[in-house]
Amino acid sequence: MTHYPRRTFLRNTLATAVLVAVGGTGLFSPHRALAAEWPKDAFTAKKLEDAVQALFGSTAMSPSASIKLKAPAQAENSAQVQIQVTADLPNVEAIAILVEKNPSPLVAHASFQGAEGYFSARMKMAQTSDVVAVVKSGGKLYTARQNIKVTVGGCGG
Amino acid sequence: MATDKQTKIRTKTQGGVTDVLVLVSHPMETGQRPDPKDKDKKVPAHYIQKMTFSLNGKEVAATDLGPAVSKDPLIGIKLKGAKPGDKIKVAWSDNKGESASEEATIS
Repeated sequence: MTHYPRRTFLRNTLATAVLVAVGGTGLFSPHRALAAEWPKDAFTAKKLEDAVQALFGSTAMSPSASIKLKAPAQAENSAQVQIQVTADLPNVEAIAILVEKNPSPLVAHASFQGAEGYFSARMKMAQTSDVVAVVKSGGKLYTARQNIKVTVGGCGG
Repeated sequence: MATDKQTKIRTKTQGGVTDVLVLVSHPMETGQRPDPKDKDKKVPAHYIQKMTFSLNGKEVAATDLGPAVSKDPLIGIKLKGAKPGDKIKVAWSDNKGESASEEATIS
């Protein structure tokens, strides 16, 4: 006659219990909220509003002069457009950069837990378009935009 | 998964604010560019999706990048109150499962 080996049974049960406990606490720690999954819906969205909605759950944005965009008025190389966003707002939680006329407007999204409200990157642009920065501060969304002209042919002038 | 791509970190502290610049040698392929050898095909997408910054083991910023970020991305953030000798760690992962991390000491 076969019977279930008691030692194995006990060991497996205990191991499962420990795993559940660890998984449970990890789920509710604030750390996890920051290291969330890559927001696929926001990056595949074809419209600026849809991307903002997918990212922040709202599109109610108010323009703010405290957000500084540093980008060229005219890009000589559309594959390498340098952009810097400085948000002079209290408690900046996140910054998103979007290019209105790109096939998928969302370029990058950064969330902060201790770092300053600043983000810089180089991005690709399909054509002349407005670049929009969306900043989340104190649970509200603020925005600033700037037009960047893309010269096809790359002759600058 | 390991990677052959290089990650470089530069830091500069001025007036209590530390600039952190990260350069990764990565193709950042969008998936929309036609294959140079076969015009009916497209070069498969290959781009960094997540990049996280930690200061002395504590996560301070997490960024999500899309295919619209340029090739060999240069990403910058700013930190306040970082001291010389503090450790900054940058970790990234891309859509093909490649990942890497690099650590630097703030000077």
